[in-house]
Amino acid sequence: MILLQVVVSGLLMGAVYALFSSGLTLIWGMMNVVNFAHGDFVMLAMYAAFFCFTMLHLGPIFFVPGAAVVLFVLGVVVYLGLVRHVARGPMLAQILGTFGLALVLRYAAFWAFSANFVSLPDTLVGGTIDFAGLRLEASRLIGGGLALVITLGMHLVLTRTMLGSRLLAVAEDRNAAMLMGIRPDRMQALAWGVGAASTGVAGALIALFFYISPTVGESLSLIAFVVVCLGGFGSVPGALIAGLGIGVIEALSAYLIGAVYQDVLVYALFLVVLWVRPQGLLGKL
Amino acid sequence: MKLHLPTVVVGLLLVALWPVLVHDVFLQRVGALVLLAAISASAWNLVGGYAGQVSVGHVAYFGVGAYASLVVYTHLGWPPLAGAPVGVAVSLALAALIGTPTFRLRGHYFSMATIAAAELIRILCSNWDLVGAAVGLMGPPVPRTMWDFSFISPVPYHYLFLAVLAVLLGVTWQMQRSRMGFYLAAIRGGDRAARSLGVPVLRYKLYALLLSAGFTSLAGTLYATMVGFIDPDSGLGILLSVKMVIVAALGGAGTLFGPLVGAVILVPLEEATNAVFGGGGTGITFIIYGAIIMLIARFRPGGVAEIWRGVAAWRARHAA
Repeated sequence: MILLQVVVSGLLMGAVYALFSSGLTLIWGMMNVVNFAHGDFVMLAMYAAFFCFTMLHLGPIFFVPGAAVVLFVLGVVVYLGLVRHVARGPMLAQILGTFGLALVLRYAAFWAFSANFVSLPDTLVGGTIDFAGLRLEASRLIGGGLALVITLGMHLVLTRTMLGSRLLAVAEDRNAAMLMGIRPDRMQALAWGVGAASTGVAGALIALFFYISPTVGESLSLIAFVVVCLGGFGSVPGALIAGLGIGVIEALSAYLIGAVYQDVLVYALFLVVLWVRPQGLLGKL
Repeated sequence: MKLHLPTVVVGLLLVALWPVLVHDVFLQRVGALVLLAAISASAWNLVGGYAGQVSVGHVAYFGVGAYASLVVYTHLGWPPLAGAPVGVAVSLALAALIGTPTFRLRGHYFSMATIAAAELIRILCSNWDLVGAAVGLMGPPVPRTMWDFSFISPVPYHYLFLAVLAVLLGVTWQMQRSRMGFYLAAIRGGDRAARSLGVPVLRYKLYALLLSAGFTSLAGTLYATMVGFIDPDSGLGILLSVKMVIVAALGGAGTLFGPLVGAVILVPLEEATNAVFGGGGTGITFIIYGAIIMLIARFRPGGVAEIWRGVAAWRARHAA
């Protein structure tokens, strides 16, 4: 029974991992650009939610979309101001550029918000829910559930709508897409906006049950990298499966071998999977 | 790229004779740190630059070298530098272990796999009592003999680092002109094409990694000898891997002097902002540091080498 409880908690955490990673996989798969600042996007979303609550007294119904809007703007600005230019250079330029951005965001947050850990009050989405012998925190349940819905929604938009087809067309062949009357720059800016906005939702949801600090992004971005790579670059369903899987593995290994070793197992499994499937679970070579 | 010979000679002399030219201890220390950063970035450059395999997990080899020196000191009482062969041996084994499976991966998959491997090692070392777990290890508090290589002045370190850097650049230069240099250039151009030309791709990637890991481990040993303290963050943190990449990329990856140029720019920048704005916690250092590398990537994606080429082209136009 405890084992089932652990697995369900893992799945709920995994759904949030999946959401903030699907933002990254969209960007990464679309443009083949590595974004080292992704974790710091999550961090900014968490602070956006926090300040919406403490200064404007808005509840989660408002601050979750609020964080999405803030991050959408950030994503578009980062694309137009930085990524559009470094994407033309070698991969090393992308590392330089996005890592520089990560440092600026992280330490600007340090400077503006101080290094203290803050968190939203527990009672914001209060209580626990008992269901079939399982005890679940409402905030995690809502966070995980919403994350799952948005990730699936993103997958549907990508595969079932005209907009999604255009985005994928640009990803596949920029020049051919241009000949079809699609504007690649506009599509890629949109992809950055949408990718960042879903990261914003994920950040606001994580803020419901996680501490907030300027450096929280560092560990989160490593998880996002592993999820995206494990799922296959550009694959939203891949990110979903990988995110849920990693959530469960973390929870199980924390319970069975101890919390300090939870990430050891995650990284080890990641390496093994890549060895067997170099393109990730659902990626294309 | 054609190098302007007088510039190179003057630049190298300046780097080599730095502690003779300045007498301020802080500046001398910055000089030694420049050389140390140049050693690790040049070592990374062998596999990341010449072979084009962007490893973001090189801190693993650096950490092995650093830990080896303080482990032999703590447990056997040897001078820290005596840990160098141990560190190199372990690093080579580790490189073979990490390299064999990961070199099948391409592009970003390879980079992410190297990050994961390095993080794995960091977490294991943070919980392993033999290497000091999360607390870390200390070097000799007072030098017992000359062999402890523990000095207050940074000058002896400067010359030690200079010697190692000279050997490393010599090896790199030889490698670049040899068959291996051409093989690596082919691999960097595209490993499928290289394979179709009969280049033993996996084998040569591994050779490059072994060479690179050995020197990176040596850089770790030198760091631990100079600083006399190592913990999981300072010896195995992911930031160190990224810094190796950034220093090399800024100066020009896959060129002989690129990493040295990058180190000459970035290390003083970091030390100067630290000194001006205060090191601990304020973080303004990193805002400026981050902004500068971001702007360079934004306006000159090819790194400083591109600016250099631009200047050369401008001079050629105006000379004519």
